[in-house]
Amino acid sequence: MNAPVKIETTLKDWETDQEVRWCPGCGDYAILKAVQRTLPQLGADPANTVFISGIGCSSRFPYYVESYGFHTIHGRAPAFATGAKLANPDLDIWLVTGDGDGLSIGGNHLMHVLRRNVNMQIMLFNNEIYGLTKGQASPTSREGTKSPSTPIGSYDHPARPAAFALGAGARFVGRGFDVSKNLPDVLKAAHAHRGAAFIEIFQNCIVYNKDVFNDFAAPKGAEDQQLWLENGQPMLFAGGSKGITLDREELCLKVVDVTEGDWEGAGVIVHDVTNRSIAHMLVEMPFGPFPMALGVLYDDPRPTFEAAAMAEKAASSEGKEANLAKLLGKGQTWTVSGTAQDPV
Amino acid sequence: MATTATVPQDGLPATPESVVVRFAGDSGDGMQLTGGQFTLSTALAGNDLATFPDFPAEIRAPQGTLFGVSAFQINFGSREINTAGDAPDVLVAMNPAALKVNLAALKPGGLIIADTGEFSKRNLDKAKYDSNPIEDGSLAKWDVLAFDISAQTIEAVKPYGLGNKDALRCKNMWTLGLALWMFDRPREPLHDWLRLKFKTKPDIADANIAALDAGHAYGETAELSGPLKQVHVDPVPSEPGLYRTITGAEAVSLGLVAGAQLAELPMFFGGYPITPASAILHHLARLKEFDVTTFQAEDEIAAICAAIGASYAGSLGVTSSSGPGIALKGEAMGLAIMTELPLVIVNSQRGGPSTGLPTKTEQSDLYQAVYGRNGDAPMPVIAASSPGDAFECAIEACRIAVQYMTPVMLLTDGYIANAAEPWKVPDPDTFAPFPAQFLGQPNDGDNFLPYKRDEKGARPWVKPGTPGLMHRIGGIEKHELTGNIDYSPDNHQRMTDLRKAKIDGIAKELGPQGVTLGSEGGKLAVVGWGSTFGPIRRAVDNCRRKGMDVSHIHFRHIWPMPANTGELLRKYDNILVPEMNTGQFKTVLRDQFLVDATPLTKTSGQPFQIAELETAIAKYFDGVEGNEGGQVAVNDDQLPSPEGGAE
Repeated sequence: MNAPVKIETTLKDWETDQEVRWCPGCGDYAILKAVQRTLPQLGADPANTVFISGIGCSSRFPYYVESYGFHTIHGRAPAFATGAKLANPDLDIWLVTGDGDGLSIGGNHLMHVLRRNVNMQIMLFNNEIYGLTKGQASPTSREGTKSPSTPIGSYDHPARPAAFALGAGARFVGRGFDVSKNLPDVLKAAHAHRGAAFIEIFQNCIVYNKDVFNDFAAPKGAEDQQLWLENGQPMLFAGGSKGITLDREELCLKVVDVTEGDWEGAGVIVHDVTNRSIAHMLVEMPFGPFPMALGVLYDDPRPTFEAAAMAEKAASSEGKEANLAKLLGKGQTWTVSGTAQDPV
Repeated sequence: MATTATVPQDGLPATPESVVVRFAGDSGDGMQLTGGQFTLSTALAGNDLATFPDFPAEIRAPQGTLFGVSAFQINFGSREINTAGDAPDVLVAMNPAALKVNLAALKPGGLIIADTGEFSKRNLDKAKYDSNPIEDGSLAKWDVLAFDISAQTIEAVKPYGLGNKDALRCKNMWTLGLALWMFDRPREPLHDWLRLKFKTKPDIADANIAALDAGHAYGETAELSGPLKQVHVDPVPSEPGLYRTITGAEAVSLGLVAGAQLAELPMFFGGYPITPASAILHHLARLKEFDVTTFQAEDEIAAICAAIGASYAGSLGVTSSSGPGIALKGEAMGLAIMTELPLVIVNSQRGGPSTGLPTKTEQSDLYQAVYGRNGDAPMPVIAASSPGDAFECAIEACRIAVQYMTPVMLLTDGYIANAAEPWKVPDPDTFAPFPAQFLGQPNDGDNFLPYKRDEKGARPWVKPGTPGLMHRIGGIEKHELTGNIDYSPDNHQRMTDLRKAKIDGIAKELGPQGVTLGSEGGKLAVVGWGSTFGPIRRAVDNCRRKGMDVSHIHFRHIWPMPANTGELLRKYDNILVPEMNTGQFKTVLRDQFLVDATPLTKTSGQPFQIAELETAIAKYFDGVEGNEGGQVAVNDDQLPSPEGGAE
């Protein structure tokens, strides 16, 4: 794989001439801008960048980014991306999916792209609703969600995207939300990670599930409910007045008060992005009793699928000649000359 | 030796023109291996041949049961062989169940070779025999050579210190040795093969060789004592050249590799395990040096989607499956049609619907191939007529996919996939290359139009990574030139027309459909496609020799069909379409050409027998009993299933 050449671009270079067709005020606009702002900072090359999506509101994303784009079929984007990456490992692939696309119809493919560890950035826009089909409950909808398909409230237990990803074997799990100023930093960390990088992005569906994330993602006044994780830094939130510690007896996380900045004294954990056990606790941490864990929850790379596939291809080709005529005449053959038959 | 034998009455002549042998045993008895090796020795002896492996869907069905019987039939001769043969001359039955399941097919006067060592009370019970057929006289109309092959084998391999179980596993080689003697074949190629196969276990190799030799020696001895005789089948005069045996699955794999090379493209193969298509994945997984990437996906859908993703990125995407898996791939095929990306889909058909008959053959996915997608989704369909033909068909599928920027479906079936035939190794240089063209710069002055078409109606193929040609594609209807989302009524009408015209246009460059055997016009055309080729050809040939005005037309291109098809079919008074389904190609012919195609259908999971087809053909001609004037009885399109069977 070649080292990517850094290209100088501006946000404008990543905008297409297509009219954006999301509802006015949709969180997708903010995510699109965050991505278009991040790509120049990465030195990304539009010619080498591919956005691949499934079906749903989020999956219209590729049409609005001036790069290569493939709007595929419902739930299957990870499979298309895997094929494209194996065919050309140099491509810089961004996968765009949603809670219905990625966790319902495409749950299987999402699981396998993560466990295989195909190098790409996977952005799952979680709005806890089916938007494009007019508001049915989705696999991440909270219990009791009233929708056209669940008129008196949904009664199935919601899936947790980050926990799903980690359970499937993801080596990078990040979280952000649409209007967060920190979203580009999470995207950059995901891009820097070699392998499948999973980012759950809470996204406000202003038509069918308005403001469901306001408790931690409101534009103003929700900062105290955000735990921004940073490698090597203590897990502090609410302006440093609270922190996360490990309850050693119960073997679970616990919120503690931090007085006068003495987080060490309060036993606040220092975040280690390579600690898988902590990552499991963070993705399972219920919002309400705890703040919402955001930023890079886990980042511990291991060899990628495409690298292993290329190595296997090279190893099994070694010393073998790609001679079609010889291949066709392989095995036990015989020659017919006139009427005599000679085994060869 | 305790041999039960009846004296041969009217068995095989000393030099028969052709012989049909069926090896049948428990699924653990190694009958497919025995058959495969006998096939090889037959090929080396210069006979033409066709085989029919017929095995249960279970990996190791309970021993001795009727549903656990595995059989391998081979027809070989000193003349052209078109089918695996209607009825065996020789049946090798390794246990009572194998005898019971296969006996009905055996020719009257045919020879049964049975292992009495397996005809215990317990095994007779499992095969639901009330009494031992070898002893109760129920086999009187056949010649029977029954003796204890198990004991003979144990005796032969005694010096190698194998346990009883391992020793008995050499039984199939003992039987093969006997068959080699019967048909006057050298043992050396088998010795070489066994030494290679058991390279790391020389003891096992030696034991198997000893068993093989013992079986061979038994033949010589038995001949002296009467019941068994040696027969010799002369080599068939064939075109000079290098030959090998090939199965359909091998031929498809090699054809795909050749196709990718001719297109000058890396190949990406996405597959998911399914019977009988997995063999293609297995073959290609070992051919990485040809720039082949194989990917065992998480499911059938991911397999085709990954292949489309690879095509999008500039490889030749290929996927393969069988009926149920093809059904799952339908939506993705639609996307490949919509985004106009090359793709080859191989469908090794099996009995359906649903899981159906995984290891049995059928041609019942034709509707699925031609019509089975949402929307107006035209897609070329090609069908291979024999294992060897599958090679050329695979190349043809790659060519059409690349030149027309379209998915193409290649139909084979369980019979073609597993059957072997001698194959004259082709010279790759005789195939015209069709290098893929990737667009590198704007195609409309300074503008780039992703959907601007060439003279074939194909849009340009642009690999991501190409500077300046960034664009977006997807499954939503797109503008006829820019490819931007465009739902407008006129545009959808035009795009639907353009997609159809592109595929219809392929017909123009296919040469005219020819007559496979017979004359262009006449009383009756027997029209086939796919693996019915062999039986139809032989039956038509036989009927023509009897003076009937019947011709055989066989289609490789199912969709679109060659441009002259309608005209050609209308030159015949009658059109009979034998198919292993309920009449699907018949429907397509009627639909496309308004011709009175009559179906002749069979869905027993077994290929057509020549005799069945001859009977059906004869009904069109005078002088057949009960059919004065050559009038075919109405509602006579469904053949009964003549084979006895376990399932």
